[in-house]
Amino acid sequence: MILSVVAQGAQMFLVLLLAPLLTGFVRKVKARLQRRQGASVLQPYRDIRRLLGKDVVLADNASWLFRAVPYLIFAVTWVAAALVPTFATGLMFSWSGDLIVITALLGTARFLQALVALDVGTSFGGIGASREVMFASLAEPALIMAVFAVALIAGSTQLSTVADYMLSGQAGLRVSLALALVAFVIVAIAENARIPVDNPATHLELTMVHEAMVLEYSGRHLAMIEFAASLKLLLYISLIACLFIPFGMTEGHDGLGPFVLGGAAYLGKLAVAGTLLAVFETSTAKMRVFRVPGFIGVALMLSLLATLLRFVSGNL
Amino acid sequence: MVLLVLLCVAALLLVAIGCVPVARRAEAGPFVYGASLAISVVALLCALLAGGESATVLPLGIPWLGAHFRLDALARFFLVVVDLGAAAASLYALGYGRHEEEPQRVLPFFPAFLAGMNLVIVADDPYSFLFAWELMSLASWALVMSHHREPGNARAGLVYLLMATFGALSLLLAFGLLAGADGGYAFSVMRLGASDSRRAVLVLILVILGAGSKAGVVPLHVWLPLAHPAAPSHVSALMSGVMTKVAIYAFIRIVFDLLGPPSWWWAVPVLAIGGITAVLGVLHALMERDLKRLLAYSTIENVGIIFIALGLALAFRANGMPEAAALAMTAALFHAFNHMLFKSLLFFGAGTVLVATGERNIERLGGLIHKMPKSSFAFLIGCMAISALPPLNGFASEWLTFQTILVSPQLPQWTLRLLVPTVGALLALAAALAAACFVRAFGIAFLGRPRSPEAEAATETDGYSLAAMGGLAGLCLLAGMFPGVVIDALAPVTKLLLHGRLAEQTTQPWLSVVPIAQRNSSYNGLMILLFALVSAGIAVAAVHRFGSRVIRRDAAWGCGYPGLGPITQYSGASFSQPIRRVFGPIAFRSGETVEMPPPGDMRPARLRRRRHDLVWEAIYVPLGRAVLAVADRLNALQFMTIRRYLTFVFVALVVLLMALAAWQ
Repeated sequence: MILSVVAQGAQMFLVLLLAPLLTGFVRKVKARLQRRQGASVLQPYRDIRRLLGKDVVLADNASWLFRAVPYLIFAVTWVAAALVPTFATGLMFSWSGDLIVITALLGTARFLQALVALDVGTSFGGIGASREVMFASLAEPALIMAVFAVALIAGSTQLSTVADYMLSGQAGLRVSLALALVAFVIVAIAENARIPVDNPATHLELTMVHEAMVLEYSGRHLAMIEFAASLKLLLYISLIACLFIPFGMTEGHDGLGPFVLGGAAYLGKLAVAGTLLAVFETSTAKMRVFRVPGFIGVALMLSLLATLLRFVSGNL
Repeated sequence: MVLLVLLCVAALLLVAIGCVPVARRAEAGPFVYGASLAISVVALLCALLAGGESATVLPLGIPWLGAHFRLDALARFFLVVVDLGAAAASLYALGYGRHEEEPQRVLPFFPAFLAGMNLVIVADDPYSFLFAWELMSLASWALVMSHHREPGNARAGLVYLLMATFGALSLLLAFGLLAGADGGYAFSVMRLGASDSRRAVLVLILVILGAGSKAGVVPLHVWLPLAHPAAPSHVSALMSGVMTKVAIYAFIRIVFDLLGPPSWWWAVPVLAIGGITAVLGVLHALMERDLKRLLAYSTIENVGIIFIALGLALAFRANGMPEAAALAMTAALFHAFNHMLFKSLLFFGAGTVLVATGERNIERLGGLIHKMPKSSFAFLIGCMAISALPPLNGFASEWLTFQTILVSPQLPQWTLRLLVPTVGALLALAAALAAACFVRAFGIAFLGRPRSPEAEAATETDGYSLAAMGGLAGLCLLAGMFPGVVIDALAPVTKLLLHGRLAEQTTQPWLSVVPIAQRNSSYNGLMILLFALVSAGIAVAAVHRFGSRVIRRDAAWGCGYPGLGPITQYSGASFSQPIRRVFGPIAFRSGETVEMPPPGDMRPARLRRRRHDLVWEAIYVPLGRAVLAVADRLNALQFMTIRRYLTFVFVALVVLLMALAAWQ
């Protein structure tokens, strides 16, 4: 009992601690690939600390919603990230939400984010929000269908059960699983505002999506939003790791040793995924905004195909 | 208990008739709405507290046969939906109704409309059912026409009347087929009737036409976005939130209760219609700039979602899977209940905005969150609930629908196996688009800067309206936190219709919702809310403890151009432009053309947008033309001599006699 409470708490604070590190790591690898020195991997922590210490400059007509939403986005993303098993399955509160709930929690964060982008009444917020909801209107069904495909293979939408099933090796190599993986990766890239969908480093107005939405934020509010963005990246990588490469995860009831092993495996997976992301981002260019629906549409079609395959045959 | 409900109906009718002579006086409004509120609460308590079944036969209607009324589990559930919505609308109208310019056009019909809806639910024979159905249709038609001088409302009334007539005719024929040749009259006789597959198919088609046209499924939805917004806002809330549920009740009552065991392929049209309705409804809502029409289109979307779940229930029932069918039916009924809550709330909010600014066009609103903080908060809760965001109630029912789709690979038929995942994708698409739609609705109308002097001058609304909206918002939150309570309350209904039920939810640890088994799926809205609140609390406390607490106010960033007016904000049309560009070419054959004058020419450049309502153009316009053409031809019949008419009568008689001889 005590161990499971500790494991749940450890998981919650582990994701909080690791999220900025992952962002810093991806930036560092990208810088090295571009033959730059790059900032230290600890830079995101310093950024957050610096932002927390700064005054908030609010626009004259910002409403209460504008001030409340950064904390809500952070909280919702944190809860969603804490529901994804990282190093151990069968955590204490994993039953309070399944994969569909995690998807919907991210939807809540996006809804609030797009809403406050319209609050101050500048065109930047509007352009960001309208593009964001357009991407989301395709990415969310793609994610749901990919979740369906995985859930149908494992016979459950409960992440712990799915991870246990994948760990047991019963799943094997399947066409639908491969299609779902591709869909997951595309959605993860789109939802985390990475190249080629959006550029987290851009400040050219016409190309911004996520950055345009948060343009009016400053100080501690911006720190919360940046933190939530890091958490979301960590969440997606943990989710893909948990569903498709669950190796090394412990079942959560058998002492300290497996926990350490699971933690080490998890860090390894994050490093590999972060490196792959950096390599991918360095090797592609950003798309035009109206090419993106085609890109995410591919994910939607692949995930629908994966689900259809599962409906048609139990073996595919 | 059923007698008590009938007494409530009689009381409502008495109020309706009694207020006719005094309807112009100022105190008539509070009296009528107060009485409706009290009667609805009594009927609601009846529905909540009654157990088992109760039936009665009154010596009304057709002589010697009497009028049958019955209150079973299904009727009780829908009575809750109707009377909760009616009570909220009456409470809201205590405040909102004061702004009515011609109350005599609204007051008598409001209680009659409530009486009609209550009576449909308890009716137990076709005569009383259709009588109540028509009472409901006509009363709501009169309410739609109450602002008949506003442009467009007369047309809305005409289209509504035509579609209502068509729907009632379809239901009449359906009941005729159900009654069969030996004239079984009450529903109890129909239930026992032998099932004949050809007859059942005809009945199914007629019910989809009859109940579907009232509920607003594509392609029978055309009247809904015209008529619902034309009525006063509390009536719009009733029509969208409650009357569509009465139509769904009619569908369930006939297809699941009276029609006998289904064939598996009945699910195919229901699922297909549901999927198309959901996506097309929300796409139209996204393009709409009139706030009340936007809400009406979103009703169409939600009806589509309910029909998807009903289709799944039919498929499972036909394949002898009562547990899965119960899950699907629970999802459908839960969503119907939820939709009543949040759609009424949203229409109340739209009415409040209308009172405060005189505007329904979101392009002329903005900044209302500063002027009307309480109403905007309630409206925001409604927007979040309808966008299926956890931990609110809309998500709980949508989650159940997704869980139902996940059990459907067990269906043996190939058609269904291919159709169900496709419909699932449409459902997910509709959910995502609904979120976009309500970001737009709330973001453009309530956030930003005021786009017109009217929006600038808006003020907070009265206490009654706020109480009604606050109550519904609270119920949205409660139903989202404790979905297990609602699911358990639905168990008698699924047991009655499908002989199966979900496992008891309120005994689950921590009040989780576990539709199948803990290892398959579970959801706990309460825990999610608590987690989110605790995390937000930790974040706020930590940031304010360790970070800066200073807030400075300054002008928004305008790229170095100070004083950009409100017109430079994003508008509703510009917000939906990306989505229109992605989905529009398929859904609306939409497009844009830019007319750019040559250099040196001083004419302004023009941007033209085209958008077609394909259903209207493909079905209703040709139909209208055909009717007119036939009427033109038949016009000649009006101007003939008496000899010709006598000849026609004689020929008709001979033909009929010959037909009879051939039949025998």
